[in-house]
Amino acid sequence: MQYALLIYSKPGAAEALSDDEQEAGHREYLDIKKLPEVVGGAALHPVETATTVRVLDGQMLVTDGPFADTKEIFAGFYLIEADDLDQATEIAARIPAARIGGAVEIRPVVIDQAR
Amino acid sequence: MLACLIGYFGDFDLAEEAAAEAFAVAAQRWPSDGMPEHPGAWLVTTARHRAIDRLRRDRVLAAKLPLLAPQPDSGEEPMPEPPIPDERLELVFMCCHPALAVEAQVALTLRAVAGLTTEEIARAFLVPAETMKRRLTRAKSKIKVAGIPFGVPAATRLPERLGAVLAVVYLIFNEGYGNPAQERQEPSLAAEAIRLGRVLAALLPAEPEVLGLLALMLLHDARRAARFDGQDLVLLPDQDRSRWDWPQIAEARDLLDRALPDPARQRQPGARGPYALQAAIAFLQTQTPLDWPQIAALYGELADRTGSAVVRLNRAVAIAEAEGPAAALALVDGLDLPGYQYWHSTRAELLRRLGRAGEARAAYREALALARTVPERRFLERRIAET
Repeated sequence: MQYALLIYSKPGAAEALSDDEQEAGHREYLDIKKLPEVVGGAALHPVETATTVRVLDGQMLVTDGPFADTKEIFAGFYLIEADDLDQATEIAARIPAARIGGAVEIRPVVIDQAR
Repeated sequence: MLACLIGYFGDFDLAEEAAAEAFAVAAQRWPSDGMPEHPGAWLVTTARHRAIDRLRRDRVLAAKLPLLAPQPDSGEEPMPEPPIPDERLELVFMCCHPALAVEAQVALTLRAVAGLTTEEIARAFLVPAETMKRRLTRAKSKIKVAGIPFGVPAATRLPERLGAVLAVVYLIFNEGYGNPAQERQEPSLAAEAIRLGRVLAALLPAEPEVLGLLALMLLHDARRAARFDGQDLVLLPDQDRSRWDWPQIAEARDLLDRALPDPARQRQPGARGPYALQAAIAFLQTQTPLDWPQIAALYGELADRTGSAVVRLNRAVAIAEAEGPAAALALVDGLDLPGYQYWHSTRAELLRRLGRAGEARAAYREALALARTVPERRFLERRIAET
């Protein structure tokens, strides 16, 4: 099965760490990316760079900032191939954001039947 | 049987439908052809064949076919098979997976492991059948779509996952036990929880907390007949001990002997789990004379394990008996449980024994304001009148 691991991080949590700890965290993200289960993913630039688009009555409305004004911010995701939810959970638990005030949401990916 | 089929297909609905079909075939054939040598294996094999036929007919699922073991689909005569492997444990862990809401875990466990119908579960929890049906459907759908595994978790995750399973069983028990209206109903949730506890104890005979939970439920249940006098709650010291189920208490004691080996022989002190400790306390409370210092010590150990203020309150009650109400009141006043009925009623009881009637009545009234069940309200009103 495919799962998306959606990474929500607590703003400022990573910056509060020492340089060495930040460096170690960065390496952990790269190590996870190299796991055989990981088939895709991306890290996103900070939420200050976000732009939100809505279409109201055919009229495009562009605003500055993220869609949801939440305490935790959506920071990136991995796309993984796993046997089941437990295996996906084990990988999610390795993501540094999950242990420094953030969380990882696991969502099963819809597989296109036509392919 | 259902456990076995769900394990085989990884699909709750398919397994349920196939099982129903297999029973229908059996009802049709066994009277004329005679019962097969291994009826259980016959049913599972027939159900598998039926389900595979169904899958083959289903074009959307056609891609999944190679995953299924090749089975001859011609001829209805199933091959003789060895006894079915017991897959109830895998089923229990799937139903009590933490990725499901607790109420869904409870409903699924009663449906799939205990074998209750959706209508029975709805009745037991006093919700409309339609609500329970939706709850089960949502849960089954999440199992399938999110890939919740059918299996016993890895050893590193076993303690926490087993904790979730035991919590579900104890929740089912308390839903029935704490509620006299439910106790008179069929199905009795307390009886179902004990049945589940027995299944787990048979499947995991070396897990002390599994044995501890079963012992705890048996001990509470053994006193069931003596807990009420009509509509009135009867407190433990006033219960008619001849109405207790003594063989059941003896069974619990045997379980406890297996769950709580002599602490001196344990390598890790304090490793005794909360269910086994509670069962040990419940067992001591059936003995005469009551060993209050020992009960207080066990509550102390339990409080250290759980960090629970309610457990500390119970410890204070034991201290009241062992050392007197003044020592206990000091402990009770040190707890911060203003929203908890039994904190007020315990304070009231201690104040009454210390002869502080006015303060006692005020505390009883606080408890009465929080009491939910009729027997408890009647008990507190009686106390206010007497004090």
